[in-house]
Amino acid sequence: MTNLEKFNGAFLSSMNIKASDLNDNLAYLRNKAWDSLAHYDMISALEEAFDISFSSSDVVRFNTYAMGKKLMKDNYGITIE
Amino acid sequence: MFRIVSDQPARSPALITEDGRIYTYGALAKAARRLGGRIGGRGLVFCLCSNTPGSVLGYLACSEAGAVPFLLNGMLEEGMLRNLTDLYRPGRLWLPVGRRGLFPDAAVLAEEEDYVLLDTGCQPCPLHPELALLLTTSGSTGSPKLVRQSRKNILSNAAAIAEYLELNESERPITTLPMHYTYGLSILHSHFLAGAAVLLTEKSVVQQEFWDFFRAGGATSLSGVPATYDLLKRAGLFERDLPSFRYFTQAGGRLSVEMHRRCAQFAQETGRRFYAMYGQTEATARMSYLPWRLALEKCGSIGVPIPGGSFTLVDAQGGEITQPEVSGELVYRGENVTLGYAQTPEDLTRGDDRNGILHTGDLARRDADGCYYITGRMKRFLKLAGSRVNLDECEQMVKAAYPDCDCACCGTDDHLRVFVTNGADGEKLRSLLCGKLGVRLTSLTVHEIPQIPRNSAGKILYPKLEELP
Repeated sequence: MTNLEKFNGAFLSSMNIKASDLNDNLAYLRNKAWDSLAHYDMISALEEAFDISFSSSDVVRFNTYAMGKKLMKDNYGITIE
Repeated sequence: MFRIVSDQPARSPALITEDGRIYTYGALAKAARRLGGRIGGRGLVFCLCSNTPGSVLGYLACSEAGAVPFLLNGMLEEGMLRNLTDLYRPGRLWLPVGRRGLFPDAAVLAEEEDYVLLDTGCQPCPLHPELALLLTTSGSTGSPKLVRQSRKNILSNAAAIAEYLELNESERPITTLPMHYTYGLSILHSHFLAGAAVLLTEKSVVQQEFWDFFRAGGATSLSGVPATYDLLKRAGLFERDLPSFRYFTQAGGRLSVEMHRRCAQFAQETGRRFYAMYGQTEATARMSYLPWRLALEKCGSIGVPIPGGSFTLVDAQGGEITQPEVSGELVYRGENVTLGYAQTPEDLTRGDDRNGILHTGDLARRDADGCYYITGRMKRFLKLAGSRVNLDECEQMVKAAYPDCDCACCGTDDHLRVFVTNGADGEKLRSLLCGKLGVRLTSLTVHEIPQIPRNSAGKILYPKLEELP
């Protein structure tokens, strides 16, 4: 499985969205399915999939799909592609 | 409620917003009087709530006008909202300007703080003189049950809460719960009674902006349902440098003993107060609290009745249980026991159905020191992230969507399991229910099984279902 597939899988398992919703427009609360509880579940799913542990400052900064990719790369050395 | 606000010193701050606006008690009372005049007397007002000054103002204006506000989720889905307006035919609507388009035929009576007051043209329906406020027990299922609250209910509960939380005018609670939710509303009530200022925000604890406002506004307290505490932990509550932070409360379902201990330990180590509490909309908001000094010693307990309230435990035969450590139904008595339910407009003319006695439907035991512990539940519902999900209604929803299949629902708090027989598309059903019930996707699983286990009389054998993997 590629990193992108794992990354997308974390979103799909925690939010009531379709694969076609996964793009850089996806943002916290812009899509109703990404609420605070789905956020928590998505963060937990990513941690499990990549065996990482997000810092609390990253948990509260991870507010868009694009920002998530950037944080993964900058702070955890994981390129999502 | 209006009197509580208008009785406070006019120059004290009542509301503070993220962008630094301050509304004093005097300014709020003045605006509420003005808007109250436009409401035009006693009648039903639907208020679409948010944690904004406009939402609070509308609520206070209803109280000033002697009208009965029905507080609803400001994001309530259009279909649900229409069902309710068709059923109750409120004369007035108070909603965010952005949702005004839902009611193009209604005339605008006033506009303030990004909210509009609409006149629907519906004739006022008869309301019982004691009725002051309507709330729902769960906003998501087909026909919500409304809880009828009186002025006495609200005032007595606010006073009890302000007393046991030791509130004064120096408090600055920050909003973490919606205003239409009884627990969130009780924070406004009790802090207004104490003359404190509420930090109003729509931001969630998983957003950086929330914590920026917490620090800038000097927040002294926050509150949460069990799911909020999962979020708070992830968002770093226990590590953050928050010098103004004094106390935090939890209600809205059972907190795990593990999380309770973590909260209590954090409080002890950092000199804060932690209150685990218990309540229901049917009791206005609060029935019991665990005194903060006992937070660690009595981990998992809902504590003792609030000032002015009392508990009894009742066995299956209706007799009172007097010895400790025996489980029975928890029955509450107090001035905050609400008038009853409403499911039709005619019910709004009903008086007090309960006479101060509430059978909570929860099972509990009392320890030798008089602290109570919830041990189970008598009725078929779950609490998912603080909101009630009725299992029977959930089954009806599935059967409506898939008339040809059999279905049964069970689960634990925080996880709903839906069993269906052949014919239903599991993934589709999961997505459908998630949207309809408004619960998180991960708290819901659909299991396809050949047959729903039933006894010879056709009754579903839920214990058998619970055993399935």
